[in-house]
Amino acid sequence: MMIKQWFKSGSPWIWMNAAAVSISLILVIGLLLLIAVRGLGHYWPAEVIEYEYQESNQPIKIMGELVDSTVMSARQARASNYQLEADADHLIQHLIKVGNRDLTGMDFRWIDAPNIKAKESPKQAIVIERREWGNFYGYLIALKSHGKVIATEATAWDEMQPRLEKVLEIFEEIKALQNGEVGKINYGLEQLRLKQRRLEIDKQWNDEAEKEILEQKKAYDADYVVLQQQLATLYQQISADSLLVKSANGKEIEISLEKCVRIHRPNAMSMVAKIWHYGEKFIEFIVEEPREANTEGGIFPAIFGTVMMVMLMAVIVTPFGVVAAVYLREYAKQGFTTRLIRIAVNNLAGVPSIVYGIFGLGFFVYILGGNIDELFYPESAPSPVFGTPGLMWASLTLALLTLPVVIVSTEEGLSRIPKSIREGSLALGATKAETLWRTVLPMASPAMMTGLILAIARAAGEVAPLMLVGVVKLAPTLPLDGNFPYLHLERKFMHLGFHIYDVGFQSPNVEAARPLVYATSLLLVVVIIGLNMFAISVRNNLREKYRALEG
Amino acid sequence: MPETHINFTTSPYYQRWRRIKDEIAEYSVIAGGLGVIGAIVLIFFYLLYVVFPLFLAAEAHSITRYNVPAQQSGKTLLLANEEQNEVGVRFTDQGFAIFFAIETGKIIHRQKIALPEKHKLTSFTQGNPASGIVAYGLDNGQVVVAKHEYKITYPNDVRLITPTISYPLGKSPLNLKATDQAITQLAIKVDEEQTSIVAKTADNHIVFSHFKKQESLFDEESSLEQTSTLLDISATEISDILVDKEHRNLYLASSSGRLSFFDISKKTKPMIRQHLNVVEAGLKLTKITFLNGDLSLLVGDSSGTVSQWSMVRDEQGRPALKNIRQFKVSENPITQIKAEERRKGFVTVDTTGSVGVYHSTSERELIKKQVSNQSAVALSLSPRANHFMLETTDKQLHVWSLENEHPEVSLRSLWQEVWYESYSKADYVWQSSSASNDFEPKMSLTPLVFGTLKASFYTMLVAIPLSLMGAIYTAYFMAPSLRGYVKPSIEMMGALPTVILGFLAGLWLAPLIEIYLAGILSLLIIVPIAVMLFAYSWQYLPKKIHQKIPEGWDALILLPVILLASWFAFTLNTPIESLFFEGDLQAWLNKEFGISYDQRNSLVVGIAMGIAVIPTIFSITEDAIFSVPKHLTIGSLALGATPWQTMTKVVLLTASPGIFSAIMIGFGRAVGETMIVLMATGNTPVMDLSVFEGMRTLSANIAVEMPESEVDSTHYRVLFLAALVLFLFTFVFNTLAEIIRQRLREKYSSL
Repeated sequence: MMIKQWFKSGSPWIWMNAAAVSISLILVIGLLLLIAVRGLGHYWPAEVIEYEYQESNQPIKIMGELVDSTVMSARQARASNYQLEADADHLIQHLIKVGNRDLTGMDFRWIDAPNIKAKESPKQAIVIERREWGNFYGYLIALKSHGKVIATEATAWDEMQPRLEKVLEIFEEIKALQNGEVGKINYGLEQLRLKQRRLEIDKQWNDEAEKEILEQKKAYDADYVVLQQQLATLYQQISADSLLVKSANGKEIEISLEKCVRIHRPNAMSMVAKIWHYGEKFIEFIVEEPREANTEGGIFPAIFGTVMMVMLMAVIVTPFGVVAAVYLREYAKQGFTTRLIRIAVNNLAGVPSIVYGIFGLGFFVYILGGNIDELFYPESAPSPVFGTPGLMWASLTLALLTLPVVIVSTEEGLSRIPKSIREGSLALGATKAETLWRTVLPMASPAMMTGLILAIARAAGEVAPLMLVGVVKLAPTLPLDGNFPYLHLERKFMHLGFHIYDVGFQSPNVEAARPLVYATSLLLVVVIIGLNMFAISVRNNLREKYRALEG
Repeated sequence: MPETHINFTTSPYYQRWRRIKDEIAEYSVIAGGLGVIGAIVLIFFYLLYVVFPLFLAAEAHSITRYNVPAQQSGKTLLLANEEQNEVGVRFTDQGFAIFFAIETGKIIHRQKIALPEKHKLTSFTQGNPASGIVAYGLDNGQVVVAKHEYKITYPNDVRLITPTISYPLGKSPLNLKATDQAITQLAIKVDEEQTSIVAKTADNHIVFSHFKKQESLFDEESSLEQTSTLLDISATEISDILVDKEHRNLYLASSSGRLSFFDISKKTKPMIRQHLNVVEAGLKLTKITFLNGDLSLLVGDSSGTVSQWSMVRDEQGRPALKNIRQFKVSENPITQIKAEERRKGFVTVDTTGSVGVYHSTSERELIKKQVSNQSAVALSLSPRANHFMLETTDKQLHVWSLENEHPEVSLRSLWQEVWYESYSKADYVWQSSSASNDFEPKMSLTPLVFGTLKASFYTMLVAIPLSLMGAIYTAYFMAPSLRGYVKPSIEMMGALPTVILGFLAGLWLAPLIEIYLAGILSLLIIVPIAVMLFAYSWQYLPKKIHQKIPEGWDALILLPVILLASWFAFTLNTPIESLFFEGDLQAWLNKEFGISYDQRNSLVVGIAMGIAVIPTIFSITEDAIFSVPKHLTIGSLALGATPWQTMTKVVLLTASPGIFSAIMIGFGRAVGETMIVLMATGNTPVMDLSVFEGMRTLSANIAVEMPESEVDSTHYRVLFLAALVLFLFTFVFNTLAEIIRQRLREKYSSL
């Protein structure tokens, strides 16, 4: 009776609706927490554990970081041919990051909890981050210089640190030379080749031109020889020292210091050292280039590419979006047509982004780019310059995609400006253009900002169209460098969103790449949510302002 | 007192300049505004522009006509042209190869094939048309294999094509060993490793001879290892012999339409597989040939019908020939059929000289032209299928050009079931490309549209209840102070990049669901029950607690309840599985219902895409409900209705158009979403409604295949068509929703 009454009051349905809100909230907060925890947690130096493990009748030692654990029901485990004790009702398995890919062929392995005989966290265990083959886990035996042992065990550790720092310094120097000077020479030579080809096409290739180009080539070659020597000495310095290390199973290998990025003993680290390490890793993530097929290192080129693309897009979309909005609100005669246009613009925001991508590829890249190549770059045929996906086309495509956002937002801003202001300006003798330029547009500028920020937030997170018009998994050069004309609009670039897709799904070593993907996601989420919040606060401020004006 | 003087009269030039500026501004804004809107319209028209050629009719034009060149060298056995359509060749019954310029008919080169002088030529055949192989059968049972080739050079930057004849198996005739009788019918296939020759001899035997190239370790030269066998079949009636390019199947046809099909994969032991009639009783088989790829046969008969027979696995899994489609080409007997070398098209000629161009997959008759009123002697189709030459009985050579870019697409092949080669029945298949030329592109958009709708369906199943109920509560029952936080946070979810949702769905949620499937499904029951129980006991809590928590904060109180219930459901996972499902739900489903389980399935997509769509629907619905005029609800409450009654009977009814348009917009978003489906499903284009299997959607398909698609190919245009379908789909949905919303706004303002 009571229950019937209760149902009749409708209160259970209200509760159910409340539950829907709660679930949605849990989804939002849960998602953000998940990304934050996984993304932030990765760089904390994890404990290195050494397991004594029984593997098919013979005991082995496994050393590594615990990554994950799962529980499998006994029945399932038996069905998949696991040997279990008779009374066991479940099987626990651990995923261990064992590293040492050069020795074992895999970075990760699953171990079954019942087969673990013992485990400890040896203070002496070292983790070496390498430039290839992933991490090394094991013990330090000796430090070698020019092939001779100069320090062993305890002293080796102290001796090694300054040498590693030195090596890293030289490495940076080499990289700077490679990217800067050598890159410049290569670029110059390529330009010379194109120049020659151009002259040949224009039928102006003669002895004089040949001589000139040969001279320039000679100058470059001379520079190159000097650089080569410089590099050779640096290479000699960097490859002098090496480490003798052994894995948990006692296998000894020698690792050259030049291949090392960072060496630490996580089990012996103090809290401060751990925080320091964390900070270092985090900065590396932001400012360094990726290593090992994007699964290690930083994501700087992706951040840079995203920012470049978004900035270009903003430069393109703002004037067009604003002009279109001004036309719709200030100049066009309001009626059926404007209503139709508004509906069309509104709905373009709902057109799938991949459709913009395919349009960008077909129209911008193949038609526009192809024609630009034919007209202006005949010398580089058959390799396309603009007739291939690149930064410019990606920005243009995204500008088209975000155009509705800017139009709608600017229009809303314009419509909020009280009529009295326009009339006042006109009454004082200003022309319509002056009214717009001096009073209306400045007042609507926060609305434009809002639209622009929302557009940027959308563009930064968009991936599908970019896959067609210019994003690559690994760009050899940044779109901005020291070679004239500095900004290379035709280059392909890297992008945070695509990086997530590529590393998470196309990478050969997904397990190793996963933490990096979480960290990248976190960065992207923070940026986008930050932008959105900023846009919302700008909009709210704007509303306050006009409320005051109207009153 | 100094006079203050304000000069109002500025220079007239300045005033004019202002006016001009004003006009410039006006026109540039109008131009800019219209330009932007034009650019948006351009998208639509550009898509149309790319798609349009798919549906253009094919065309054929007569280029020229002249007398057959070098008639004194004999009658034509075979007519062929090289790729650039500059040089044609005529093989004659006197053993000549006459190369001539196609445009003028001028003889370029006339060469006698190296046939032994003392023996007569008794039969002739062509190998794989793309390889240029021809073979001559002699009256002593020997065979000569020749090849016509074209070398392209660019002296002085002008293309020059030089035809040559070569002998890939040596100049000396090959002995078939099993016979010394005259060869009356011949078939040959030659490739890098092996050669198969099948011959019918004058004493009515069928000889199968196989040559395998043996690479010697020490010797540069390779030798041929030959096996020859006599086939156990009466050959009296046999009029056509065909060997496929895999050297695996042999077909013998008689003019009465009897077809025998041998398995010759074991070279020393050919096995008969099937006898069947391929033309109706009373009709004559007039021409039989392979379709490109040698997987199916085209059979022309005396009633003017061409039927396509393909090798299909029958119920017992044995290969058998099946008639998969028929073309009524003409009322007269068919004299020639030529298959295209790179596509599944073919050209036919009947006795009256009427030429037809067809495509098998799309079942289209592309062109029908009366080229001559004479019967055909020989027909040649260029490798790119953009030219054909027809020699008629009046010694005339007709040269025609063909414009036939996209024959493989028709409304039928895009949307209906098509019986593809080697398939056991007609089906919807999307399988667009492969490395080889022989591949039959299967471009049915149906499985993709199905996948798109399936993904959207499961998405809406997740999103609609959560977002609508959430919106109802937020707009109507929630405390305003709380609403100020809840609404933006849920809307914030919509700003999350979909690539992140897709990544989480694919790499975190999918494995999680795979392990805790039973637990996740039990959430559907456990959470509502927990909420109900909590709500029921809530009213019996002491008043003090009630007073502490203001009305409209229920959603927050429920947070721990739901979290607890979910945790409980997850811990129940293993018990539920062992109690009801023999310890493994997936295995149980497969055993009991035959439902297979993909890790990345529709459930994962539904949840992930649901999260992406919830904010959209939630936000619009919430707005619609919130802006229902207050006097309506107050009136209802004043008349004694409970809040819930007011909600369902007044508010929801009034806001229903807004809710409808919210759902439409959400649906439009789900249809076009790319990254989530790309990452959270296996992207296999299957047509299966099961929630535990994946799908491939239109958008994901574009993202996957577009970068590899060749510009302006049929595949490229079909992908654009897919984009156009998506575009129209979402545009129509969104426009409808927008119009409904505008109407609603007007309605509210009148209330």
